[in-house]
Amino acid sequence: MSDVKVDKPAAVPADKKNWRSSGGVRGWFGRQHWAVRTVLIIVFAVLAYLLPYAGDIPVLGPQIITEGIDWPSALFNMSYYVLLALGLNVVVGFAGLLDLGYVGFFAVGAYTVALLTSPDSILKTEWGWLAAVPVALAVAMVSGLILGWPTLRLRGDYLAIVTLGFAEIIRIFATSSETLRGDRGFADIPHPPGSYSDGKPIFGVADATPYYWLGLSVIILVILGVRNLDRSRVGRSWLAIREDEEAAEIMGVRTIKYKLWAFAIGAFIGGLGGVMFAGQQGFMNSQTFILQFSILVLAGVVMGGSGNIFGAILGGALISYIPDRLRGIEDPIFHTDLFGFRFAIFGAIIILIMIFRPQGLIPSRRRAMELKDREKEVAPQ
Amino acid sequence: MNFSGLIQDFGPLTITGLAQGAIIALFALGYTLVYGVLRLINFAHSEVFLLGSYACLIVWGFFGLDQNSATPNVFSVIGLLLLGLMAAIVISGLTALGVELVAYRPLRRRNAPPLAFLITAIGASLFISETVGVITKRNIKAVPPLIRPADVFVIGNMHVTNLQILIIVLALVMMFVLDRFINRSRLGRGIRAVAQNPDSAALMGVNKSRVIALVFLLGGLMAGIAAVMYDLKIGVTRFDAGFLLGIEAFTAAVLGGIGNLRGALLGGLLLGVLQNYAASLFGTQWLHAASFVLLVLILLVRPTGLLGESLGRARA
Amino acid sequence: MSEPHVETPQQADEANAHRSDVAGGTSAPGPAERSSDVLLEVDHVTLRFGGVVALNDVSFSLRKGEIFGLIGPNGAGKTTCFNAMTGVYRPTSGTISFNGESIVGKKKHEITRGGIARTFQNVRLFPEMTALENVMVGADAHHKTSVVGALFRLPRHWQEERSGREKALELLRFVGIVHRAGEVSRNLSYGEQRRLEIARALATNPTLLCLDEPAAGFNPAEKEELLALIRKIRDTGVTVLLIEHDMRLVMGVTDRIVVLEFGKKIAEGTPAEVRDNPKVIAAYLGVPTDAA
Repeated sequence: MSDVKVDKPAAVPADKKNWRSSGGVRGWFGRQHWAVRTVLIIVFAVLAYLLPYAGDIPVLGPQIITEGIDWPSALFNMSYYVLLALGLNVVVGFAGLLDLGYVGFFAVGAYTVALLTSPDSILKTEWGWLAAVPVALAVAMVSGLILGWPTLRLRGDYLAIVTLGFAEIIRIFATSSETLRGDRGFADIPHPPGSYSDGKPIFGVADATPYYWLGLSVIILVILGVRNLDRSRVGRSWLAIREDEEAAEIMGVRTIKYKLWAFAIGAFIGGLGGVMFAGQQGFMNSQTFILQFSILVLAGVVMGGSGNIFGAILGGALISYIPDRLRGIEDPIFHTDLFGFRFAIFGAIIILIMIFRPQGLIPSRRRAMELKDREKEVAPQ
Repeated sequence: MNFSGLIQDFGPLTITGLAQGAIIALFALGYTLVYGVLRLINFAHSEVFLLGSYACLIVWGFFGLDQNSATPNVFSVIGLLLLGLMAAIVISGLTALGVELVAYRPLRRRNAPPLAFLITAIGASLFISETVGVITKRNIKAVPPLIRPADVFVIGNMHVTNLQILIIVLALVMMFVLDRFINRSRLGRGIRAVAQNPDSAALMGVNKSRVIALVFLLGGLMAGIAAVMYDLKIGVTRFDAGFLLGIEAFTAAVLGGIGNLRGALLGGLLLGVLQNYAASLFGTQWLHAASFVLLVLILLVRPTGLLGESLGRARA
Repeated sequence: MSEPHVETPQQADEANAHRSDVAGGTSAPGPAERSSDVLLEVDHVTLRFGGVVALNDVSFSLRKGEIFGLIGPNGAGKTTCFNAMTGVYRPTSGTISFNGESIVGKKKHEITRGGIARTFQNVRLFPEMTALENVMVGADAHHKTSVVGALFRLPRHWQEERSGREKALELLRFVGIVHRAGEVSRNLSYGEQRRLEIARALATNPTLLCLDEPAAGFNPAEKEELLALIRKIRDTGVTVLLIEHDMRLVMGVTDRIVVLEFGKKIAEGTPAEVRDNPKVIAAYLGVPTDAA
């Protein structure tokens, strides 16, 4: 994604090695004057806001946009997948906790909104969407703490299985309990508020573009927040925990506290994704939160580059974009919509990435080095 | 909660639970063997089982059997069963080996961090089950009625059927054979050596790669047998059949003490029975949730399981 | 933390230079004789793992401002004793108190913040962090910024980042690797890593610094440099506990020594006393104690 900006060095092969060793795009970006950096970031953000009109680009446009689903909706889907990937990246990438039940927090956020707003809910509160958002986010965060508190003392691989178990319990609960209405789900969840001067609502049913813009704005805020955390005592503590938990604790890092924070922040961002999802769809049921969904987001984080914010964004966008782009195209053998292959495709991508490029597409500087060094340590046999 | 139901149906719940538990136990062996040697949760083991459950159906399909066929005569049944078992064993074994070669070995060469293996395993699992899902259009596939359940004996309201006896006996026999193999044979000694100390085992001339492949193969064989039993007992299979039962099998392995063969048997039987009791108490829709809750509780309270973690019996 | 001690290495350097002038660089009149305040007390500590008795009724105490040696042959229980003092293991019986307060059952990070810092026998840095970041993790032990402060970039965040960075740079200068501050720690040489570990431990503002075989793998010249560094640390007011199995090294720097063998204390005293103790000689030469 960011490699696109690099046009010169590709033309001069002799520069290639120098380019790599001086830190590639990121190194180049870091060396620029702050004003240049700011301008570049703003240009990039503006381009992102203009994405709904990508179809109007001559020649290239029609290749980019999706066919089986309208382009703004595809963009909105990307935005909540990116949110989920950003959140999971905090848990897996920064703190090194493999959470396989991440979609559970997405579900908690979405269900809280549904319960508070939908006329189908037993609460009968029928709040507006905006009023339900803070409650939903708080509930998601608390659920992160509730999951984290008993489980964070577990070994890494056991933690993974327990989080998976928790997500399945949430799903079974959503399917089986009367309160959460199983397959019947919740209808008429209100959209976000606001209307144009002529009285038409901004967030309507026909056009998903405003939802995408809302999602993008939320993403930008989340990026700023996550980046602030990463470059602070909090990020250092997470990294220390990931690298050597016991040594970290002996150096005074409150490991349980920071692991809980990672869980809570991840849950918060996941809940944010759920809140956005519920507000756009207007309807949701227990079928929305299958386990494969969690794994898909994990695939996105791993593919993009675990521990790297921009890697997570790229990965999150791809896990949504690729299936949506394939939607409406039929495969020649089984005559299924290619969209149905999405989990199989990403299953294969996970394996390929882990084997051939374990640091991901946009690796975190540290991860890449760590993996390289481990490679050197292999005992000759 | 329905306590009187549980007490009234205690016998029938126990025997059906034991049959289900026997299948889970065979399935759990794969997790336990691989974990014992590699300290790795082979998440893709559920798909090893899944492909086995389809393999025998395909073989039976060659003989024109489907869910509407009449039950064939005794000799055909035995022949078909053996063929189905063979097919499932071969396919499951090959799948397990394939996963090891394609997904794990390259990572091991590179000395990848432990969680990398788990992530690849998840990828492999997703890839296999979803490919089956696409091919079968996510439909249920019914199993031909090879064995019609018939009561062999009745104690009170507990009806013990031929199928239940077959499943439980077969599982016990396979367990016994595997236990003998690991503890008595030369290859089994290699497995125990690698489980206890991979590096010194390698120094003593044990071929580590071959031992690891063998372990995956053995787990696959057991999963193949479990898959055929599952088909016969449940009567249907589907692309996601491996996943849910896989979590249960993993729970069983952890319950008994992962890495411990006898623990897998104990954990499997116990889990099968407990699930049934829970389903009777809280309602059948909570059957799977019960095993998850149990898994979480064990990991929190006694992560080494009932019998402790040890494939080589040397680890404290 | 009640003990007033010199905060910055610069001041420490000055103090050191001053002291060297006076004492001529020898360790003869140890500070132990000047101050008998007990800093850390190990009181009848026994530690069992299953059937193995790793520590058997061990008692000794450290005085403020001294360099204390804990020595013994391999497998004598030195590291076990050390781990009990830093909260990694919990004694089966007996108590360990620091500044008059029991530390048994306290969390590891609490013990660290209380003023005990340590290094590891096999270096355990955070390999992907830079040298500077490693030390900053240590400095973070006394910081108060948490998620909210970092998220909203509150003034305290900036102030603590700045002071933490300054302190980390000073400590890197103190141990002599400030030119490597921006390097990822796994790329440092072995000797630099050992020094970095000491800097990281010092960043937690310890009253007691525990060094677990800091000279392992060093050549004689490097050992000499390390001894100088240890003296320099002590002169900033930090009490130093040194674990070693190399007797000669310990003799040159410590004020007092305790000798462990098979989990038991077999001798205690000044280097000279310990050196002449027949039990110690037997332990090191492998002669059965009864025969000696």
